[in-house]
Amino acid sequence: MVNTSLKLANVELKNRVLVASGTYGYGDECLDVADVNKLGGIITKSLSMNPREGNPPTRIVETPSGMLNSIGLANIGVKKFISDKLPFLRTLDTTVIANIAGSTIDEYCEVLDALEAAGGVDGYEINVSCPNVREGGLSFGTSCELTEQITRRLRPRTGKPLIVKLTPNVTRISDFARAVEGAGADAISAINTLIGMAVDIKTRMPTLSTVTGGLSGPAIKPIALAKVYEASRAVGIPVLGIGGIMNTTDAIEFLMAGASAVQVGTANYIDPAAGIKIAEGIHSYCVEHNIEDVGSLVGWLEAKADISVVDAWL
Amino acid sequence: MTQEFCHVQHVQQVADNVFVLTFSSEEISESIQPGQFINIKVNEGTEPLLRRPFSVYRTDRKQVQIIFNVIGKGTAALRKKNKDDWLDVLGPLGVPFGFDNDDYKTAILIGGGLGVAPLPILTKSLKKIGKGVVTFLGSRSSNHMAENHLENLNVATDDGSKGFHGTVVDLAKERLSVDMFARPKIFACGPTPMLRAVASMSNERDIPCEASLEGPMACGFGICQGCPVELIGSGKKYALVCKDGPVFDIRTIRI
Repeated sequence: MVNTSLKLANVELKNRVLVASGTYGYGDECLDVADVNKLGGIITKSLSMNPREGNPPTRIVETPSGMLNSIGLANIGVKKFISDKLPFLRTLDTTVIANIAGSTIDEYCEVLDALEAAGGVDGYEINVSCPNVREGGLSFGTSCELTEQITRRLRPRTGKPLIVKLTPNVTRISDFARAVEGAGADAISAINTLIGMAVDIKTRMPTLSTVTGGLSGPAIKPIALAKVYEASRAVGIPVLGIGGIMNTTDAIEFLMAGASAVQVGTANYIDPAAGIKIAEGIHSYCVEHNIEDVGSLVGWLEAKADISVVDAWL
Repeated sequence: MTQEFCHVQHVQQVADNVFVLTFSSEEISESIQPGQFINIKVNEGTEPLLRRPFSVYRTDRKQVQIIFNVIGKGTAALRKKNKDDWLDVLGPLGVPFGFDNDDYKTAILIGGGLGVAPLPILTKSLKKIGKGVVTFLGSRSSNHMAENHLENLNVATDDGSKGFHGTVVDLAKERLSVDMFARPKIFACGPTPMLRAVASMSNERDIPCEASLEGPMACGFGICQGCPVELIGSGKKYALVCKDGPVFDIRTIRI
């Protein structure tokens, strides 16, 4: 019997594989081909106070072993989410985490308050990679001070797990990890997409309508592993590892690098059941290697070897 | 929507850089409607990473056909498939053509280039329900034309090597000026400039028209939100090509 569960503050996930925000809709689109109840958790598409139409086409471009996206946080808004999507999500036998986005810190608070009042979600993931209208559109997530402020403002508003999703587009992700831990976050998700760009030589224009977009998929896995390793060494709270996880091997690499759980993102587009297969694969790996608790894989590298110099190659 | 591993039967070249791939799937051949599409993972591994969307070209006794040009890594891989190779197929996806209703009598099918893709399966269904079918097909040249499995075919080529010398929409306009078709409705699929011309023709002549669109997409069923098309005159700004389409009433979208 393998213990696959993870205690995240006061919530227990049945296994350590979740689906990443923005890659699984609101959980109801994949039912034909995936038994979503076998996931450790579903993280919803980012929710803002009002519906957002998203960016004009082109929003997606494939890149070597990856993809760029510029969706623009298209979502139905928190009110419609509560009335149209939440009743279904409540019926699921898996942990439901609402991802929250905002253009101001007040908006983050309003969305979280609305969800708290409605009940039915098990926790919150905060997307700090949103343009901050007050600061001229710069992303909250690239300012350590603003990331900490958002966390501090949201913390007292809920007793449920508060997870902050960090962007890798910063100099030292460990500084941000420490800041949100200090501000009361229960966990960290790392990493969000990396800024990338593609050029169409036929039209002689950037391929994406917004010029740059977020790079995801296997192309970013080595970067994500390094960031998870760095962030997890800096804090005591769990890190949810994300970035190009396509299969069981990838997921176990993240656990060994220090992630307490993983999120599957881009892989869902190719196989909506990828997360379930990975959860089963981790279980099989543990059975095969006589590991009784998936948790004992977490941070294996640090526990088993003296790997203290992160920047040794420089 | 199902996800199924399907056996390739064969890949046939039918014109210059035009290939038809046949695979076995009882499920898809029985459930797919004209205009719907499938999303195929052509390889194992991550290069290319994403699935590739294809209209279904024809179905016949548990067999499904797609038609394609080799234009990139995905289609190059498909070209090289052999009998009994596997394809990972997700489908049927999207909204089909609204062909099975009484708001019209004659179906005017207009295809440009590989926009011919959904027309044979549509033709077969139209004949089953007794609709009149007139088809206009345009292509760069006669060598690039996949003209099989169509009804009452009129062809146009850019270089004049076959049929009308000019665009397929100009040919259709000419015919529509001469012939009176009983309560026509247009079903169109092709490149954007062609669809724009079809839209203005259907507007001018007040003929209802449905167009099948394509667009870059990752998932094919609505979760990636990657394939918006701009809506005209509704409260909502965008629809998704994969989920709300690929078939749209041409008056409702900005092409």
